[in-house]
Amino acid sequence: MAQDKFFTKSGNIQFSSKGVIETIEATHRSVTCVLDSKTGDIQFAVLMKGFEFRKAMMQEHFNENYVESDKYPKSEFRGQITNNSEVNYAKDGSYTVHIKGKLTLHGQTKDVEADGKITVKDGKLIAASKFKILMSEYDIDIPGSVAENMSDTINITVNCTLEPLKQ
Amino acid sequence: MSKITYILLTACFVITAANTIQAQEKDLLSMVRDSAKREYATGAFKSTRVINGQSMEMLGKGVLDVRILHRFGLLSEGAKQFFGLDQASMRLGFDYGITDNLSVGVGRSTLNKELDAFFKFRAIRQGANGGSPVSVIWVSGAAVQTMPWTDTTRKNYFSSRVAYYHEIIIGRKFSNAFSLQVSSIMVHRNLVAKADQDNNTWALGIGGRLKLSKRTAFVVDYHPILAGREPGTKDPISAGFDIETGGHVFQLHFSNSTGMNEKAFLTGTTDNFWKGDIRFGFNLSRVFQVNRKKK
Repeated sequence: MAQDKFFTKSGNIQFSSKGVIETIEATHRSVTCVLDSKTGDIQFAVLMKGFEFRKAMMQEHFNENYVESDKYPKSEFRGQITNNSEVNYAKDGSYTVHIKGKLTLHGQTKDVEADGKITVKDGKLIAASKFKILMSEYDIDIPGSVAENMSDTINITVNCTLEPLKQ
Repeated sequence: MSKITYILLTACFVITAANTIQAQEKDLLSMVRDSAKREYATGAFKSTRVINGQSMEMLGKGVLDVRILHRFGLLSEGAKQFFGLDQASMRLGFDYGITDNLSVGVGRSTLNKELDAFFKFRAIRQGANGGSPVSVIWVSGAAVQTMPWTDTTRKNYFSSRVAYYHEIIIGRKFSNAFSLQVSSIMVHRNLVAKADQDNNTWALGIGGRLKLSKRTAFVVDYHPILAGREPGTKDPISAGFDIETGGHVFQLHFSNSTGMNEKAFLTGTTDNFWKGDIRFGFNLSRVFQVNRKKK
Protein backbone atom coordinates (compact mmCIF):
# COMPACT_ATOMS: atom_id res chain seq x y z
CA MET A 1 0.00 0.00 0.00
CA ALA A 2 1.40 3.35 -0.96
CA GLN A 3 1.35 6.34 1.36
CA ASP A 4 -2.33 7.17 1.31
CA LYS A 5 -2.51 8.83 4.65
CA PHE A 6 -0.72 11.86 5.95
CA PHE A 7 -0.71 13.27 9.46
CA THR A 8 0.75 15.74 11.94
CA LYS A 9 0.55 16.28 15.67
CA SER A 10 2.15 19.69 15.60
CA GLY A 11 -0.10 21.61 13.25
CA ASN A 12 -0.67 25.30 13.65
CA ILE A 13 -4.02 27.02 14.11
CA GLN A 14 -4.40 30.68 14.83
CA PHE A 15 -7.51 32.63 15.50
CA SER A 16 -8.18 36.30 15.88
CA SER A 17 -11.12 38.48 16.58
CA LYS A 18 -10.93 42.19 16.01
CA GLY A 19 -12.92 44.14 18.55
CA VAL A 20 -13.34 47.85 19.00
CA ILE A 21 -10.91 48.03 21.91
CA GLU A 22 -8.71 45.03 21.57
CA THR A 23 -7.82 42.29 19.19
CA ILE A 24 -7.98 38.83 20.65
CA GLU A 25 -5.41 36.47 19.20
CA ALA A 26 -4.25 32.99 20.06
CA THR A 27 -2.06 30.32 18.57
CA HIS A 28 -2.14 26.54 18.86
CA ARG A 29 0.99 24.61 17.95
CA SER A 30 -0.05 21.03 18.58
CA VAL A 31 -3.01 20.47 16.34
CA THR A 32 -3.57 16.89 15.20
CA CYS A 33 -4.52 16.49 11.55
CA VAL A 34 -4.97 13.38 9.42
CA LEU A 35 -5.63 13.38 5.68
CA ASP A 36 -6.53 10.41 3.51
CA SER A 37 -5.33 11.18 -0.01
CA LYS A 38 -7.43 8.38 -1.51
CA THR A 39 -10.79 9.59 -0.25
CA GLY A 40 -10.01 13.22 0.45
CA ASP A 41 -11.13 12.82 4.06
CA ILE A 42 -9.49 15.35 6.32
CA GLN A 43 -9.83 15.60 10.09
CA PHE A 44 -8.50 17.91 12.77
CA ALA A 45 -8.44 17.66 16.56
CA VAL A 46 -7.57 20.55 18.86
CA LEU A 47 -7.27 20.56 22.64
CA MET A 48 -8.80 23.87 23.68
CA LYS A 49 -6.42 24.44 26.57
CA GLY A 50 -3.52 24.43 24.13
CA PHE A 51 -4.38 27.85 22.71
CA GLU A 52 -1.77 30.35 23.81
CA PHE A 53 -2.64 33.98 24.28
CA ARG A 54 -0.41 36.96 24.76
CA LYS A 55 -2.23 37.83 27.96
CA ALA A 56 -2.49 35.20 30.67
CA MET A 57 -5.80 36.67 31.74
CA MET A 58 -7.30 36.31 28.27
CA GLN A 59 -6.23 32.68 28.21
CA GLU A 60 -7.91 32.07 31.56
CA HIS A 61 -11.10 33.79 30.49
CA PHE A 62 -11.12 31.96 27.16
CA ASN A 63 -10.96 28.58 28.92
CA GLU A 64 -13.13 29.44 31.92
CA ASN A 65 -15.82 31.69 30.54
CA TYR A 66 -16.06 31.35 26.80
CA VAL A 67 -15.26 27.91 25.42
CA GLU A 68 -15.54 26.16 28.85
CA SER A 69 -12.56 23.89 28.26
CA ASP A 70 -13.24 21.68 31.28
CA LYS A 71 -16.65 20.77 29.87
CA TYR A 72 -15.65 20.71 26.20
CA PRO A 73 -11.94 19.95 26.14
CA LYS A 74 -11.65 19.17 22.44
CA SER A 75 -12.70 20.71 19.18
CA GLU A 76 -12.85 18.59 16.03
CA PHE A 77 -13.32 19.07 12.35
CA ARG A 78 -14.29 16.14 10.12
CA GLY A 79 -14.62 16.87 6.46
CA GLN A 80 -13.72 16.08 2.93
CA ILE A 81 -11.85 17.69 0.08
CA THR A 82 -14.61 18.00 -2.53
CA ASN A 83 -12.21 18.28 -5.48
CA ASN A 84 -9.76 15.64 -4.24
CA SER A 85 -9.33 14.15 -7.72
CA GLU A 86 -7.64 17.36 -8.83
CA VAL A 87 -4.81 16.91 -6.36
CA ASN A 88 -1.87 14.79 -7.46
CA TYR A 89 -0.31 13.69 -4.19
CA ALA A 90 2.56 12.01 -5.98
CA LYS A 91 3.83 15.14 -7.70
CA ASP A 92 5.22 18.32 -6.19
CA GLY A 93 2.93 21.25 -6.73
CA SER A 94 0.31 23.53 -5.26
CA TYR A 95 -3.40 22.80 -5.49
CA THR A 96 -6.41 24.88 -4.56
CA VAL A 97 -8.94 22.77 -2.72
CA HIS A 98 -12.43 23.15 -1.40
CA ILE A 99 -13.29 21.55 1.92
CA LYS A 100 -16.70 20.76 3.34
CA GLY A 101 -17.33 19.30 6.74
CA LYS A 102 -18.53 19.58 10.29
CA LEU A 103 -16.85 21.58 13.03
CA THR A 104 -17.54 20.66 16.64
CA LEU A 105 -16.75 23.42 19.11
CA HIS A 106 -18.15 24.14 22.57
CA GLY A 107 -20.41 21.08 22.23
CA GLN A 108 -22.05 22.40 19.04
CA THR A 109 -21.60 20.87 15.59
CA LYS A 110 -22.03 23.06 12.55
CA ASP A 111 -21.38 22.74 8.83
CA VAL A 112 -18.31 24.57 7.67
CA GLU A 113 -16.99 25.20 4.17
CA ALA A 114 -13.62 26.64 3.34
CA ASP A 115 -11.14 27.12 0.55
CA GLY A 116 -7.62 26.03 1.11
CA LYS A 117 -4.38 25.12 -0.50
CA ILE A 118 -2.48 21.86 -0.47
CA THR A 119 1.17 22.03 -1.40
CA VAL A 120 2.92 18.75 -2.15
CA LYS A 121 6.64 18.92 -1.59
CA ASP A 122 9.20 16.15 -1.07
CA GLY A 123 6.53 13.66 -0.07
CA LYS A 124 5.08 16.03 2.53
CA LEU A 125 1.91 18.07 2.39
CA ILE A 126 1.38 21.61 3.53
CA ALA A 127 -2.29 22.25 4.19
CA ALA A 128 -3.34 25.86 4.60
CA SER A 129 -6.71 27.50 4.91
CA LYS A 130 -8.46 30.58 6.16
CA PHE A 131 -12.08 30.75 7.16
CA LYS A 132 -14.48 32.50 9.49
CA ILE A 133 -16.92 31.27 12.11
CA LEU A 134 -19.40 33.09 14.32
CA MET A 135 -19.16 32.62 18.09
CA SER A 136 -22.92 32.91 18.41
CA GLU A 137 -23.42 29.83 16.20
CA TYR A 138 -21.49 27.76 18.70
CA ASP A 139 -23.46 28.97 21.69
CA ILE A 140 -20.52 30.92 23.13
CA ASP A 141 -22.07 33.77 25.01
CA ILE A 142 -20.52 37.17 25.37
CA PRO A 143 -21.62 39.06 28.49
CA GLY A 144 -23.37 42.35 27.85
CA SER A 145 -20.66 44.33 29.62
CA VAL A 146 -18.02 43.43 27.01
CA ALA A 147 -20.25 42.75 23.99
CA GLU A 148 -19.51 46.13 22.47
CA ASN A 149 -15.75 45.56 22.57
CA MET A 150 -15.83 42.15 21.02
CA SER A 151 -16.58 40.86 17.60
CA ASP A 152 -18.76 37.82 16.97
CA THR A 153 -16.61 36.86 13.97
CA ILE A 154 -13.58 34.67 14.53
CA ASN A 155 -10.97 34.46 11.77
CA ILE A 156 -9.24 31.11 11.71
CA THR A 157 -5.96 30.39 9.98
CA VAL A 158 -4.82 26.80 9.56
CA ASN A 159 -1.29 25.80 8.65
CA CYS A 160 -0.24 22.17 8.97
CA THR A 161 2.68 20.23 7.55
CA LEU A 162 1.63 16.61 7.11
CA GLU A 163 3.96 13.67 6.90
CA PRO A 164 3.21 10.21 5.52
CA LEU A 165 1.52 8.01 8.11
CA LYS A 166 3.22 4.65 8.36
CA GLN A 167 0.90 1.81 9.18
CA MET B 1 -31.64 -24.80 10.22
CA SER B 2 -27.91 -24.94 10.01
CA LYS B 3 -28.12 -23.24 6.64
CA ILE B 4 -29.99 -20.31 8.14
CA THR B 5 -27.44 -20.04 10.94
CA TYR B 6 -24.70 -20.10 8.36
CA ILE B 7 -26.33 -17.33 6.32
CA LEU B 8 -26.98 -15.27 9.42
CA LEU B 9 -23.41 -15.66 10.59
CA THR B 10 -22.07 -14.75 7.19
CA ALA B 11 -24.35 -11.73 7.07
CA CYS B 12 -23.21 -10.70 10.53
CA PHE B 13 -19.59 -11.07 9.55
CA VAL B 14 -20.00 -9.08 6.36
CA ILE B 15 -21.87 -6.30 8.16
CA THR B 16 -19.27 -6.16 10.93
CA ALA B 17 -16.42 -6.11 8.44
CA ALA B 18 -18.12 -3.43 6.39
CA ASN B 19 -18.70 -1.36 9.53
CA THR B 20 -15.08 -1.70 10.53
CA ILE B 21 -13.89 -0.53 7.14
CA GLN B 22 -16.33 2.34 7.18
CA ALA B 23 -15.32 3.31 10.72
CA GLN B 24 -11.70 3.27 9.67
CA GLU B 25 -12.47 5.59 6.82
CA LYS B 26 -14.43 7.90 9.01
CA ASP B 27 -12.26 8.12 12.09
CA LEU B 28 -8.85 9.00 10.82
CA LEU B 29 -7.99 10.75 14.08
CA SER B 30 -8.01 7.52 16.03
CA MET B 31 -5.09 6.38 13.88
CA VAL B 32 -2.76 8.81 15.55
CA ARG B 33 -2.55 8.94 19.27
CA ASP B 34 -3.25 12.25 20.93
CA SER B 35 -0.06 14.04 21.67
CA ALA B 36 0.48 13.51 25.37
CA LYS B 37 0.69 17.15 26.24
CA ARG B 38 0.53 17.83 29.91
CA GLU B 39 -2.52 19.76 30.96
CA TYR B 40 -3.17 21.50 34.23
CA ALA B 41 -6.26 22.33 36.19
CA THR B 42 -6.90 26.04 35.92
CA GLY B 43 -9.02 28.58 37.73
CA ALA B 44 -9.45 26.88 41.10
CA PHE B 45 -10.05 30.32 42.58
CA LYS B 46 -10.81 33.61 40.86
CA SER B 47 -8.05 35.40 42.69
CA THR B 48 -4.69 34.73 44.34
CA ARG B 49 -6.38 35.17 47.72
CA VAL B 50 -9.28 33.14 49.07
CA ILE B 51 -10.29 36.22 51.05
CA ASN B 52 -7.60 36.98 53.62
CA GLY B 53 -5.31 34.05 53.05
CA GLN B 54 -3.35 33.13 49.95
CA SER B 55 -5.15 30.80 47.55
CA MET B 56 -3.70 27.98 45.45
CA GLU B 57 -4.03 30.27 42.43
CA MET B 58 -0.95 31.92 40.94
CA LEU B 59 -0.49 34.96 38.71
CA GLY B 60 0.55 34.25 35.14
CA LYS B 61 4.00 35.23 34.00
CA GLY B 62 4.37 38.95 33.50
CA VAL B 63 1.07 39.80 35.20
CA LEU B 64 0.88 42.71 37.62
CA ASP B 65 -1.98 42.53 40.09
CA VAL B 66 -2.89 45.81 41.78
CA ARG B 67 -4.81 45.01 44.92
CA ILE B 68 -6.83 47.47 46.96
CA LEU B 69 -8.26 46.01 50.13
CA HIS B 70 -10.69 47.59 52.57
CA ARG B 71 -11.97 46.42 55.92
CA PHE B 72 -14.67 48.45 57.60
CA GLY B 73 -16.03 48.92 61.12
CA LEU B 74 -18.52 46.62 62.83
CA LEU B 75 -21.92 46.25 61.20
CA SER B 76 -23.42 46.34 64.70
CA GLU B 77 -22.44 50.00 65.06
CA GLY B 78 -25.62 50.70 63.14
CA ALA B 79 -26.87 53.57 61.03
CA LYS B 80 -24.99 56.22 63.02
CA GLN B 81 -21.65 54.84 61.78
CA PHE B 82 -23.24 53.77 58.48
CA PHE B 83 -22.90 50.14 59.55
CA GLY B 84 -19.15 50.46 59.92
CA LEU B 85 -18.50 52.02 56.53
CA ASP B 86 -17.41 55.27 58.22
CA GLN B 87 -14.29 53.54 59.47
CA ALA B 88 -12.09 52.09 56.82
CA SER B 89 -8.77 50.37 57.11
CA MET B 90 -6.94 49.61 53.90
CA ARG B 91 -4.04 47.83 52.28
CA LEU B 92 -2.59 48.78 48.94
CA GLY B 93 -0.57 46.02 47.32
CA PHE B 94 1.24 45.03 44.17
CA ASP B 95 1.80 41.41 43.21
CA TYR B 96 3.81 40.33 40.20
CA GLY B 97 4.20 37.00 38.42
CA ILE B 98 7.87 36.39 37.67
CA THR B 99 7.04 32.99 36.18
CA ASP B 100 3.83 30.99 36.12
CA ASN B 101 5.04 29.31 39.33
CA LEU B 102 6.70 32.17 41.20
CA SER B 103 5.16 35.43 42.34
CA VAL B 104 6.27 38.21 44.63
CA GLY B 105 4.23 40.89 46.32
CA VAL B 106 4.47 43.97 48.50
CA GLY B 107 1.83 45.87 50.38
CA ARG B 108 1.19 48.54 52.92
CA SER B 109 -1.62 48.56 55.45
CA THR B 110 -2.95 51.52 57.35
CA LEU B 111 -3.38 49.26 60.39
CA ASN B 112 -0.14 49.64 62.42
CA LYS B 113 1.36 51.39 59.37
CA GLU B 114 2.59 48.02 58.31
CA LEU B 115 4.67 47.09 55.27
CA ASP B 116 4.70 43.53 54.09
CA ALA B 117 6.35 41.52 51.36
CA PHE B 118 6.17 37.89 50.33
CA PHE B 119 7.09 35.34 47.73
CA LYS B 120 4.85 32.53 46.58
CA PHE B 121 6.11 29.42 44.86
CA ARG B 122 4.08 26.60 43.32
CA ALA B 123 6.06 23.39 43.75
CA ILE B 124 3.41 21.02 42.41
CA ARG B 125 0.62 21.89 40.01
CA GLN B 126 -2.63 19.97 39.87
CA GLY B 127 -3.01 18.20 36.54
CA ALA B 128 -6.08 17.83 34.38
CA ASN B 129 -6.76 14.24 33.23
CA GLY B 130 -3.96 12.65 35.23
CA GLY B 131 -0.94 14.26 36.82
CA SER B 132 -0.91 15.45 40.40
CA PRO B 133 -4.27 15.44 42.20
CA VAL B 134 -3.33 18.57 44.14
CA SER B 135 -1.35 21.77 43.89
CA VAL B 136 1.23 22.49 46.57
CA ILE B 137 2.28 26.07 47.20
CA TRP B 138 4.84 27.57 49.51
CA VAL B 139 4.49 31.17 50.72
CA SER B 140 6.93 33.04 52.95
CA GLY B 141 6.77 36.66 53.90
CA ALA B 142 7.65 39.37 56.36
CA ALA B 143 5.77 42.27 57.89
CA VAL B 144 7.31 45.40 59.39
CA GLN B 145 5.22 47.74 61.48
CA THR B 146 6.39 51.33 61.35
CA MET B 147 4.42 52.93 64.20
CA PRO B 148 6.37 55.14 66.63
CA TRP B 149 7.67 53.15 69.63
CA THR B 150 5.27 53.13 72.55
CA ASP B 151 8.04 53.08 75.15
CA THR B 152 10.86 55.41 74.10
CA THR B 153 12.72 55.10 77.43
CA ARG B 154 14.02 51.63 76.70
CA LYS B 155 16.36 50.53 73.93
CA ASN B 156 14.31 49.65 70.85
CA TYR B 157 15.61 47.46 68.05
CA PHE B 158 14.45 47.51 64.46
CA SER B 159 14.18 43.73 64.55
CA SER B 160 11.40 44.08 67.13
CA ARG B 161 9.19 45.56 64.42
CA VAL B 162 9.54 42.53 62.21
CA ALA B 163 7.43 39.40 61.96
CA TYR B 164 7.72 36.50 59.52
CA TYR B 165 5.29 33.94 58.24
CA HIS B 166 5.65 30.67 56.38
CA GLU B 167 2.84 28.74 54.81
CA ILE B 168 2.28 25.54 52.86
CA ILE B 169 -0.96 25.28 50.89
CA ILE B 170 -2.37 22.04 49.54
CA GLY B 171 -5.34 22.61 47.32
CA ARG B 172 -7.49 20.85 44.80
CA LYS B 173 -10.02 21.92 42.23
CA PHE B 174 -12.50 19.07 42.65
CA SER B 175 -14.84 20.18 39.91
CA ASN B 176 -15.57 23.21 37.86
CA ALA B 177 -17.70 24.48 40.71
CA PHE B 178 -15.90 23.32 43.83
CA SER B 179 -12.36 23.94 45.05
CA LEU B 180 -10.92 23.31 48.50
CA GLN B 181 -7.57 24.02 50.06
CA VAL B 182 -5.95 23.38 53.42
CA SER B 183 -2.88 25.21 54.64
CA SER B 184 -0.55 25.25 57.58
CA ILE B 185 0.77 28.65 58.63
CA MET B 186 3.37 29.70 61.16
CA VAL B 187 3.77 33.34 62.15
CA HIS B 188 6.90 34.32 64.06
CA ARG B 189 6.90 37.67 65.78
CA ASN B 190 10.30 38.85 66.98
CA LEU B 191 8.69 40.81 69.79
CA VAL B 192 5.59 39.82 71.73
CA ALA B 193 3.98 41.66 74.64
CA LYS B 194 4.95 39.34 77.51
CA ALA B 195 8.07 37.33 78.28
CA ASP B 196 6.16 34.07 78.85
CA GLN B 197 4.36 34.36 75.53
CA ASP B 198 5.21 32.20 72.56
CA ASN B 199 6.72 34.09 69.63
CA ASN B 200 5.29 31.54 67.22
CA THR B 201 1.64 31.29 66.32
CA TRP B 202 0.47 28.22 64.40
CA ALA B 203 -2.72 28.18 62.42
CA LEU B 204 -4.61 26.03 59.99
CA GLY B 205 -6.19 27.58 56.94
CA ILE B 206 -9.28 26.23 55.25
CA GLY B 207 -10.46 27.89 52.07
CA GLY B 208 -13.28 26.83 49.81
CA ARG B 209 -15.01 28.05 46.72
CA LEU B 210 -18.39 27.21 45.27
CA LYS B 211 -19.00 28.68 41.86
CA LEU B 212 -22.47 30.14 41.46
CA SER B 213 -22.16 31.16 37.82
CA LYS B 214 -19.35 31.60 35.33
CA ARG B 215 -18.36 34.89 36.89
CA THR B 216 -19.50 34.69 40.50
CA ALA B 217 -18.56 32.40 43.36
CA PHE B 218 -19.18 31.93 47.06
CA VAL B 219 -16.00 31.71 49.10
CA VAL B 220 -15.17 30.83 52.71
CA ASP B 221 -11.85 31.44 54.42
CA TYR B 222 -11.31 30.12 57.96
CA HIS B 223 -8.13 30.14 60.03
CA PRO B 224 -8.38 28.25 63.33
CA ILE B 225 -5.41 29.07 65.58
CA LEU B 226 -3.77 25.85 66.75
CA ALA B 227 -1.04 27.05 69.11
CA GLY B 228 0.63 30.20 70.40
CA ARG B 229 -2.54 32.22 70.31
CA GLU B 230 -2.14 35.92 71.11
CA PRO B 231 -4.22 36.42 74.28
CA GLY B 232 -7.67 37.78 73.55
CA THR B 233 -7.67 36.98 69.86
CA LYS B 234 -10.19 34.86 67.97
CA ASP B 235 -10.02 32.65 64.90
CA PRO B 236 -10.44 34.75 61.76
CA ILE B 237 -13.38 33.65 59.66
CA SER B 238 -14.67 35.23 56.50
CA ALA B 239 -17.30 34.46 53.90
CA GLY B 240 -18.22 36.32 50.79
CA PHE B 241 -18.62 36.51 47.06
CA ASP B 242 -16.14 36.78 44.21
CA ILE B 243 -17.42 38.76 41.27
CA GLU B 244 -15.36 38.90 38.11
CA THR B 245 -15.82 41.54 35.47
CA GLY B 246 -13.20 41.41 32.74
CA GLY B 247 -9.82 42.24 34.28
CA HIS B 248 -11.28 42.99 37.72
CA VAL B 249 -12.13 40.65 40.53
CA PHE B 250 -14.23 42.04 43.36
CA GLN B 251 -14.22 40.02 46.54
CA LEU B 252 -17.01 41.25 48.78
CA HIS B 253 -17.13 39.62 52.17
CA PHE B 254 -18.10 39.61 55.80
CA SER B 255 -15.41 38.89 58.36
CA ASN B 256 -14.39 39.33 61.97
CA SER B 257 -10.85 40.35 61.09
CA THR B 258 -9.34 43.67 60.08
CA GLY B 259 -5.79 42.53 59.36
CA MET B 260 -4.83 42.30 55.73
CA ASN B 261 -1.56 40.43 55.96
CA GLU B 262 -0.98 37.01 57.52
CA LYS B 263 0.64 38.35 60.68
CA ALA B 264 -2.09 40.93 61.16
CA PHE B 265 -5.11 38.67 60.77
CA LEU B 266 -3.65 35.66 62.59
CA THR B 267 -2.42 37.55 65.66
CA GLY B 268 -4.72 40.54 65.73
CA THR B 269 -8.31 39.39 65.23
CA THR B 270 -10.12 40.33 68.43
CA ASP B 271 -13.74 40.15 67.32
CA ASN B 272 -15.93 37.10 67.74
CA PHE B 273 -17.67 36.18 64.50
CA TRP B 274 -20.24 33.99 66.27
CA LYS B 275 -21.28 36.84 68.57
CA GLY B 276 -22.03 39.01 65.58
CA ASP B 277 -18.85 41.08 65.57
CA ILE B 278 -18.86 41.18 61.81
CA ARG B 279 -17.45 43.70 59.40
CA PHE B 280 -17.91 44.30 55.73
CA GLY B 281 -14.84 44.35 53.55
CA PHE B 282 -13.71 44.04 49.98
CA ASN B 283 -10.66 43.13 47.95
CA LEU B 284 -10.39 44.72 44.56
CA SER B 285 -7.96 43.13 42.17
CA ARG B 286 -7.04 44.55 38.79
CA VAL B 287 -4.58 42.65 36.63
CA PHE B 288 -2.37 44.05 33.90
CA GLN B 289 -0.23 42.08 31.49
CA VAL B 290 2.93 44.18 31.72
CA ASN B 291 5.25 41.68 30.12
CA ARG B 292 4.61 39.73 26.98
CA LYS B 293 3.94 36.11 27.73
CA LYS B 294 6.68 34.00 26.21
CA LYS B 295 5.79 30.80 24.47
